[in-house]
Amino acid sequence: MRSCLPDYELVAPANLREALALMAGEPGAWKPFAGGTDLMVLLEAGKLPHKRFLSLWHLRELKGIEVSPTAVTLGALTTYTEVLRHPVLQQEFPCLCQGARETGGVATQNRGTLGGNIANASPAADSPPALLVYDAELELVSATGSRWVPYRGFHSSYKQMDLRPNELIARIRLPRVGRPRRHYYRKVGTRKAQAISKVVFAGVAEVEGGVVRDVRIALGSVAPTVLRCAKTEAVLRGHPTVESTVAAAQAALAGEIAPIDDFRSTAKYRRRVSLNLLAVFLQSCLGTVEQGPGPEPWYGA
Amino acid sequence: MANRLVGRAVPRKEGGDKVTGKARYIDDLTFPGMLYGATVRSPCARGRIKGIHFEGGIPWDGFTIVTATDIPGKNCIVLLSDDHPGLAQRVVNHPEEPIVLLAHPDKYLLEEARRSVRLEIESLPAVFTIEESLARKEIIWGRDNIFKSIRVEKGNVDEAWAQADFIVEGEYRTGAQEQLYIEPNGMIAVANPQEGVTVWGSMQCPYYVHKALVCLFGLPESKVRVIQVETGGGFGGKEEYPSMIAGHAALLAWKSGKPVKLIYDRAEDMAATTKRHPSRTRHRTAVSKEGKLLAMEIEFVIDGGAYMTLSPVVLSRGTIHAAGPYHCPNIRIQSRAVATNAPPHGAFRGFGAPQSTFALERHLNKVARVVGLSPEELRRRNFIREGQSTATGQVIREKVDMAGLMERAFELSRYYAKTQRFAEENRGRRDKKGIGFACFLHGAGFTGSGEKYLASVVGVEATPAGRARILAASTEIGQGANTILCQIAAEALGLEYDQIEMASPDTGVVPNSGPTVASRTCMIIGKLVESACLAVKQTLVGSGLLKPDYSPEEFFRACAAYTQKCGPLKAFSQYQPPPEIHWDEEKYRGDAYSAYAWAVYVAEVTVDSLTYEVHVDDFVAVQEVGKVINPVLGGGQIEGGVAQAIGYALFENVVWQEGRMVNSQMTNYIIPTAADVPRIRTYFDEVPYAHGPAGAKGLGELPMDGTAPAIVNAIEDALGIGLDQIPVLPEHLVELLEVSRV
Repeated sequence: MRSCLPDYELVAPANLREALALMAGEPGAWKPFAGGTDLMVLLEAGKLPHKRFLSLWHLRELKGIEVSPTAVTLGALTTYTEVLRHPVLQQEFPCLCQGARETGGVATQNRGTLGGNIANASPAADSPPALLVYDAELELVSATGSRWVPYRGFHSSYKQMDLRPNELIARIRLPRVGRPRRHYYRKVGTRKAQAISKVVFAGVAEVEGGVVRDVRIALGSVAPTVLRCAKTEAVLRGHPTVESTVAAAQAALAGEIAPIDDFRSTAKYRRRVSLNLLAVFLQSCLGTVEQGPGPEPWYGA
Repeated sequence: MANRLVGRAVPRKEGGDKVTGKARYIDDLTFPGMLYGATVRSPCARGRIKGIHFEGGIPWDGFTIVTATDIPGKNCIVLLSDDHPGLAQRVVNHPEEPIVLLAHPDKYLLEEARRSVRLEIESLPAVFTIEESLARKEIIWGRDNIFKSIRVEKGNVDEAWAQADFIVEGEYRTGAQEQLYIEPNGMIAVANPQEGVTVWGSMQCPYYVHKALVCLFGLPESKVRVIQVETGGGFGGKEEYPSMIAGHAALLAWKSGKPVKLIYDRAEDMAATTKRHPSRTRHRTAVSKEGKLLAMEIEFVIDGGAYMTLSPVVLSRGTIHAAGPYHCPNIRIQSRAVATNAPPHGAFRGFGAPQSTFALERHLNKVARVVGLSPEELRRRNFIREGQSTATGQVIREKVDMAGLMERAFELSRYYAKTQRFAEENRGRRDKKGIGFACFLHGAGFTGSGEKYLASVVGVEATPAGRARILAASTEIGQGANTILCQIAAEALGLEYDQIEMASPDTGVVPNSGPTVASRTCMIIGKLVESACLAVKQTLVGSGLLKPDYSPEEFFRACAAYTQKCGPLKAFSQYQPPPEIHWDEEKYRGDAYSAYAWAVYVAEVTVDSLTYEVHVDDFVAVQEVGKVINPVLGGGQIEGGVAQAIGYALFENVVWQEGRMVNSQMTNYIIPTAADVPRIRTYFDEVPYAHGPAGAKGLGELPMDGTAPAIVNAIEDALGIGLDQIPVLPEHLVELLEVSRV
């Protein structure tokens, strides 16, 4: 432990209203602490500059998954384990379940939350690209009210987001489409499990008669934020998934992402793999993919 | 005679305590009035220390502060030479070099204080690569940056080139590797001028620590006591560096007059302590068109880091293993260990052999391609046989059958069928499969005259409670040493396994049985245990207290009778080299090791052509290690070693910046998980070795040597491209494969 533990303060308000009142009283003074799976790593390493934290873990108002005919709404404290076990999410939002399944190990999945993952704002996060392709919306609450914002556009630049100092992420809403779609998710980490991503790819498409009616593509670890790739989608929308379209989409994607070299991988690798995954996603849309679209969980022989 | 206990999977001696949490590791222990220690380290690779400033709002009066001037003896952590200071005084030679030690009862405040020491260092130009060091860009060590040079000459290499049908050259590189034992390093010390110095800690070699403390404190040997506590893994990483940590804890205890606990966290342990030596190997090989090796010229260089530590002996083992299990009439090996401004590289399972074995087993695939033979046929034509000699001129007297091991490994892995099938199927498939293998050997025990000079001693005694106890400084570090030594003793004494116990490795109690390294514990220490047991038996039989055919009850009754009559019953046994062993350290000729383990490993891989990731799908490890004392522990050694070497081959990449490891976190330094490791299929061929206990040789390091080249040879089979460097990361493969794909 490289942090001076007595310097830190953690308060646990009785309910959401108290939590929001505390935040309203001293905006920015209290940093929310949900599952803590990112914050505890920084604390251990002595790299957690903020000293005052607001524990959210026990706030029932921020928990639970609700299914209505038009949407699935998840409390911000929904854990990865809850996500990956939910039958409606498995059926209609499989990319999100796969992202949850490939996040950390079981302990992290039991403790880490979707809201915490969004607020941590890592460009390498595993679930946010899935939230982007499913057109997620976020409910942001404060002592004075609440607002819904599209998740797309929520992250403005590296670690920056549209969240005011007195606000908490309360819920995440995923609109149900009700039409068959093709889903593709692939996390490329530094190893098969317990890894931080080098590239995350999520794609959803509606294909009719070999033509892309609608498509959504998002990537992680290739830009300062997780990235919804609107230009690439525009190139594909209304076009048949033939080779020339694939090439045009790859060119658009290459222009849209901005990967970097760091000690986890290289810009070149991230770019190449992103384009490869786009191609295999489009092949899977046509059902011409040679091998299964995503890695099956592997538990050893 | 059938073995009762040897060859059986008896439970681990300390297994119960470990799984129930009863085992106490160093960080579980506290002493009354104990302080916590911390180390302030160099921020730069090389420089002059101009000042040490104690800043911030820290109540410095309450701290114990130790610098080099507080060292009562000689400022060095003595091992092979005295170049390695315990605390840097005027200059620093690598990042993370210890300069100041702090102790305080409050470990949180201690951490604040550590950050508030400002080191004023005037930086000097530094050397970071083998090439820069060899080019003498700066002289940073001795007169020429060279810790040690070795030259091995066999036959006449210079005359062989003219007869060659082919001359094949290649250059191969291996990276650093972190041992990543599950328990980070730690020590507790009690030290004062009246009682001397006592340390408890996590370590492999109590007597190495003992020797270092005697020198650092200028105390007589009897005033220093070193006690190993339960240790969570070592892999060589706790061979030499614990002497440094013990020294630091003891210096703080000496100055404060209080017990001091010094524990490294994972980040400090990874950044500051030793790693496997990075290497560069160049091969030039003369071959006939029949595929006979005519001459091998090998240049082997390892990066030793800033101080000598164990680099000369790592170099020695790497050099001797560089020509592999093959016979070649003309061999020249020139090897050097060079200095760079990185933390000293050190012992790690395999100890130089994985580096030079990787180079050779990659190079032989290249030779085979040039000659037009399959990799297996080339090897088959050159395997060393009984009566032939190694690079150092050691005539192999053991039974050795490399071709037989290879055929068995090929059958078990269905090598021939798969080679053919993969080649066909790869044409029509996105992901590529490949199969590859490596053939190798590993010498057990210290190199050359090492064991003779160590002259290890082991004792066996009868305890008042009616048990037989083994007295040895050999440590249980998770590998199962205690269990197998007790099996050997029980077998030799005709007792039950539960009737044997191990004395705690405490230099105040046990004799110096040498370090727990070099695959020597089973073969060397096990043999000494066996001999000491026989001496106890002879004593009892000779004194007429025991008849030769006895029950355990009669044995212990005889022990009690002997003790009453003559005092404590103890027997010691000291190492004697087998009579036919001769070694010339000057010329590097002779019997480099008294026995070798022999092995052939086969790896099967899939390369994902979307992500360039390599997955090992199947792994067959066939080896001849003499008698296997405990099949579960022996198999565990192989499986663990293969997994660790999968990391070496495919994942473990130390990212250096100006001599500093920048990915010193487990999230960034990637070791394989269970999902990245296939089922490892392990097979032992047992040819009893005359000078080993019950016929056993050494096996602990073996699996580290051949795994990486087997995997990289499999990648070559899958992709048709030769790779000459590990780790093979997806980022390297994308560079090589990108051209062939859109």
